Amino acid sequence: MRRVSSSPHFHSGVSTSNIMFSVAAAMTPACIWGVYAFGLRALLVLVISIASCLLTEYLLGLISKENTLWDGSALVTGMLVGMNMSPSIPLFIPVIASVFAIAVAKWTFGGLGANWANPAIAGRAFVFFSFSSAMSSFTLPRALSAVDVVSSATPLSMVKTAVAGGEVAGMTSTQILAQNGYMASDLATKIAKATGFNAYNIDAFIGNIPGCIGEVSKILIIVGAIYLFCRKIITWHIPLTYLGVYALLTWIFGGIPNGLGFFRGEVMANMLRGGLILGAFFMATDMVTCPITHKGMVIFGIGCGFFTFLFRSFGSLPESTSVAILLMNIVTPTIDRFVKPKRFGEEVAK
Amino acid sequence: MGLATFRKGGVHPSDMKYLSNKQPIERFPIPEELVISMSQHLGAPATVLKAPGDHVSRGERIGQASGFISADVHSPVDGTVTEIRKVTMANSVCCDAVVIKPDEVQNDKLYTKKIDYNSLSSEQILAEIKDKGIVGLGGATFPAHVKMTISPGRRVDNLVINGVECEPYLTADHRLMLEHPMEILEGIMVCRKVLDPANTIIGIEANKGDAIETLRAAIEKRGYPIKVMPLKMKYPQGDEKQLLKATTNREIPSGKLPLDVGAVVVNVGTTYAIFNAVVYGKPLFERVVTITGECIAKPCNVIAPIGTKVSDLVAYAGGFTTEPDKLVSGGPMMGFSFFDMDTPIAKGTSGILAIPDKKSYRQTACLSCGSCVAACPLGLQPTRLYALITNGRYEEAMKNNLMDCKECGCCSFSCPAHLDLVHAFKTGKKMGRKK
Repeated sequence: MRRVSSSPHFHSGVSTSNIMFSVAAAMTPACIWGVYAFGLRALLVLVISIASCLLTEYLLGLISKENTLWDGSALVTGMLVGMNMSPSIPLFIPVIASVFAIAVAKWTFGGLGANWANPAIAGRAFVFFSFSSAMSSFTLPRALSAVDVVSSATPLSMVKTAVAGGEVAGMTSTQILAQNGYMASDLATKIAKATGFNAYNIDAFIGNIPGCIGEVSKILIIVGAIYLFCRKIITWHIPLTYLGVYALLTWIFGGIPNGLGFFRGEVMANMLRGGLILGAFFMATDMVTCPITHKGMVIFGIGCGFFTFLFRSFGSLPESTSVAILLMNIVTPTIDRFVKPKRFGEEVAK
Repeated sequence: MGLATFRKGGVHPSDMKYLSNKQPIERFPIPEELVISMSQHLGAPATVLKAPGDHVSRGERIGQASGFISADVHSPVDGTVTEIRKVTMANSVCCDAVVIKPDEVQNDKLYTKKIDYNSLSSEQILAEIKDKGIVGLGGATFPAHVKMTISPGRRVDNLVINGVECEPYLTADHRLMLEHPMEILEGIMVCRKVLDPANTIIGIEANKGDAIETLRAAIEKRGYPIKVMPLKMKYPQGDEKQLLKATTNREIPSGKLPLDVGAVVVNVGTTYAIFNAVVYGKPLFERVVTITGECIAKPCNVIAPIGTKVSDLVAYAGGFTTEPDKLVSGGPMMGFSFFDMDTPIAKGTSGILAIPDKKSYRQTACLSCGSCVAACPLGLQPTRLYALITNGRYEEAMKNNLMDCKECGCCSFSCPAHLDLVHAFKTGKKMGRKK
């Protein structure tokens, strides 16, 4: 039987599931590092997050009589929820986050493609404000502790607490961390000696830093992002503007809370701590909740960078990547309404 | 050095031209029956001039242009009219067709005497082009004499010859440029005589390097004032808007014609037809067709009479190796799929494709990924138009420049959700016009 249909009769071969599984694959190295650094407990958190997302998606599919498991979006959401959890989190919290992400953030608005907020971020934000203390307690990675499960604050929150205490005038975050007895790994200390880089930053880049499971290893996140760049699944517009604006603002104004003054912000230290890198490459770039035009994406990235900086440096929370992205998700429909591609032929002929 | 191309949007489909780009153009044997549609061009269908039982000779007019935008139709053979019947063409247009049974002996002594076109005035050349039923062979089949009639006070800066052939699979224009460069160049010189352009540029995509060299060598030999411009491969560069942007860096505003930016775009196939019409007095009753696709046993390029049935063409190309999923008239990006093997080819049929079932994907909801927006060469927002049209908001879609859409297919091609964007736009245009 020959089919008759409208043109085109040719397709590039990309598909939704293909994109989703590629994103999942790109995030896998960072997850593996998380499991290595924090032990099997981290794996359990990841598995539970993914399983509850998939199960919620499946059950909701039964009600609406459509099977959407295969499209892979629930897998990506599940991975992101797990990656945004502390390895020591009580296990019911990722379950709640996952159910909220899929059922409330995604399905109540019409399922894939219709949600206004990134489901994983919405889920994380929901449990963050519901279970703040559990969400804010972290454990030291393998390289920084001799015994398992030593709880620790993240460098960001250590600095934040010290700054809020008001006794750090003129100290850099490195000095604050050293004062609080925060350690660098042996490997990072050796590299720091040889190269002159800051040992804390080297640790943060490799992933020897307390934090959420998937956000610690910046280098593996970047490796995954490069893969997505090559596959043309994400473009430079959001990550570059996001990180660029954040770096610029941090450099100019980031030193003020510490009493260092203008142009004294510690750019690398702030970029490598917390979930900024994960957020910029994997959460802000979520296709559904970012603008559709490249111009709009640039505005979105600038907004994310601005708010992340504002909340981190002058807000009360140590970590604010996801709140900033969530805020820009709300603005996305407005950006799309006003930022339109230039119509062909509108440029005056030369 | 970077090659020129248009800037906004566009996609890079695999060109699939290897299937047939080494096959020289063969003359297709005269089939047993020809079904010649009266609607082979853009505009009003021609009026049938013959009745069943009439004898027609090769090149005789069988259809008379019936309006300003219309074109004559000629018989490709000596033969007898057996029937006048309705026929559905590949693009779903239903119209009258003259069915001709060719004679066993054909007069092959026609069209051998050369006329010196330099002795003709431009009015005489235009009259000749009209008389021979020449239409644009790039696909839109706009009557050539209408396009080349320049109203007084208008000036043509650029005559751009379209040798881009950006549709995947098709190799008809490519082979024509390789095998008949002199005829094409003389055809261009005929056009130059009518249009008197300041510049003449032939735009060819870089995947046809041999054609670029052939034409350059031929131009040098004759000393013609024609420039060959290699272009970076990108679909839809063969569209006149994109081609003019690539070659002359001028943008045609919405709803305007190339002439509004001082340009005329003519396809290489059309220049070949113009050469034959003006220099040999030969009407347009045959054309080069690429018969290709993964399901065709021996993909080839043939010069076939207008009105040849697809079944005859496919049989000539060795039949199907596997049953095709789709039969397409034209290229895969903008061509029309059809099911009837007895559909005849028309003046605008550049290729017949038989393509297998590509791995099918399931449709999902729109991810608002922006692929379609990035791919649209006209700066539209396909996903927004799609949402408006599927919700029946046609007028709003029209306000969002739906009529600018040329249905080039870049959006559907790159959509990961496999939405039928172009299909929706075709529907939306029809519904929007109604209101």
